[in-house]
Amino acid sequence: MCVALPGKVVEIYEKDALVDFNGNRVRAIAGLVPIAVGDYVLVHAGCILQKLSAGEAQDMIDLFEELEDAQ
Amino acid sequence: MTDISYKITQMKSWLAAYDGPDISVMEVCGSHTAAISKYGISGLLSPKLHLISGPGCPVCVTPTGYIDRLIGLSMEADTTVVTFGDLIRVPGREKSLAEAKGEGASVVMVYSPMDILRLAKEKPAQHFVFAAVGFETTAPVYAMLMEQLVEEQIANVQLLTALKTMPPVIRWLCEHSGKIDGFLAPGHVAAVTGAELFIPLAKRYQMPFGVAGFGAEELLLAVYGTFRAVQQYRECGMAPTVKNYYPSVVTAQGNPCAKVLVEKYFEPCDALWRGIGVIEGSGRRLKSEYAGFDAGSELLMEDHKKNQACRCDQILMGRALPGDCPLFGTGCTPLHPQGACMVSEEGSCHQYLMFHRTR
Repeated sequence: MCVALPGKVVEIYEKDALVDFNGNRVRAIAGLVPIAVGDYVLVHAGCILQKLSAGEAQDMIDLFEELEDAQ
Repeated sequence: MTDISYKITQMKSWLAAYDGPDISVMEVCGSHTAAISKYGISGLLSPKLHLISGPGCPVCVTPTGYIDRLIGLSMEADTTVVTFGDLIRVPGREKSLAEAKGEGASVVMVYSPMDILRLAKEKPAQHFVFAAVGFETTAPVYAMLMEQLVEEQIANVQLLTALKTMPPVIRWLCEHSGKIDGFLAPGHVAAVTGAELFIPLAKRYQMPFGVAGFGAEELLLAVYGTFRAVQQYRECGMAPTVKNYYPSVVTAQGNPCAKVLVEKYFEPCDALWRGIGVIEGSGRRLKSEYAGFDAGSELLMEDHKKNQACRCDQILMGRALPGDCPLFGTGCTPLHPQGACMVSEEGSCHQYLMFHRTR
């Protein structure tokens, strides 16, 4: 039930924002985190919960290398 | 081979070849159970490595007394129960909300709790009750709803709460289940609370916590990292810690604004977990100053099995696998569920049956 999806902020209104999920555009409540048009955000139950940071693939390689270094 | 696919191959090789003492890691979150099935991660593991599903599907841990109360409300002449789709087929003591709806009860499914605002404005004479279940991930959404209800002075909406929090149930599991060596921590809970939520638990119980995402590679990385952390603790005494394997979404502190808003409207309370019992301080209820928005959540302390052979309670605690239940796949199926773990798409039994999982 804690399913949440990443989407891109397309437009911002007074209390919500239009978020694009691979072409499917949904209005989500904003206000829990500062957002700007173009940001990637995590949406859960119609509400923007968090802003995403870029560079996911690089993060993964770094994390893996940290694990190996720890041996 | 690219750098990333080479590393994935290395991880898979280690997971398949591990031949040391058995290691059990619990994935607490139902969405992780579903993702582990979907990506076939359990099939990559050596027979010495075990992933156990935990009680982190809010639908699966909602007691029958709560469902029965929702059904009672939905049968009242002027009341509509508004709910996420996940909850509608969960059996109460005798029936589910879906069955009640079939008998004429007023039940509406929505995608977001905020949808109740539109319903309430369209029918001001009708009383709307939202079935507010969920963990730390969903609590901020209910707090946002409360902001609107208070600001717009909407009087025909109430919440029936069965909100739960992770740390008390993890503590309970550490003290009552002898066979957990580490945890995959729920990524979307941590998106709100921050990875730091799990630090006191890792220290107290000397267990690693891997905050995991939901994509195939990032989940595999967290599974691998958490099994390795258990091994390193055993072999080298390396202190178990909280490791964030979902840094694109999870920070150390999470979303401070969401946490403040949840504190504004809710306070901790004891909570009843389906099949498990009451766990001290493991729930959240509306604060007394907002009691007018509560549809009677406090009185719901009943929990009864629909079928006495059902082993959902043991499965939720990680003591049994779905295949150990005599009803699994025969007397209990997704079309005719006896227990909540078969109803919810993220329930262990549903996942094990749909994906033919045996482990």
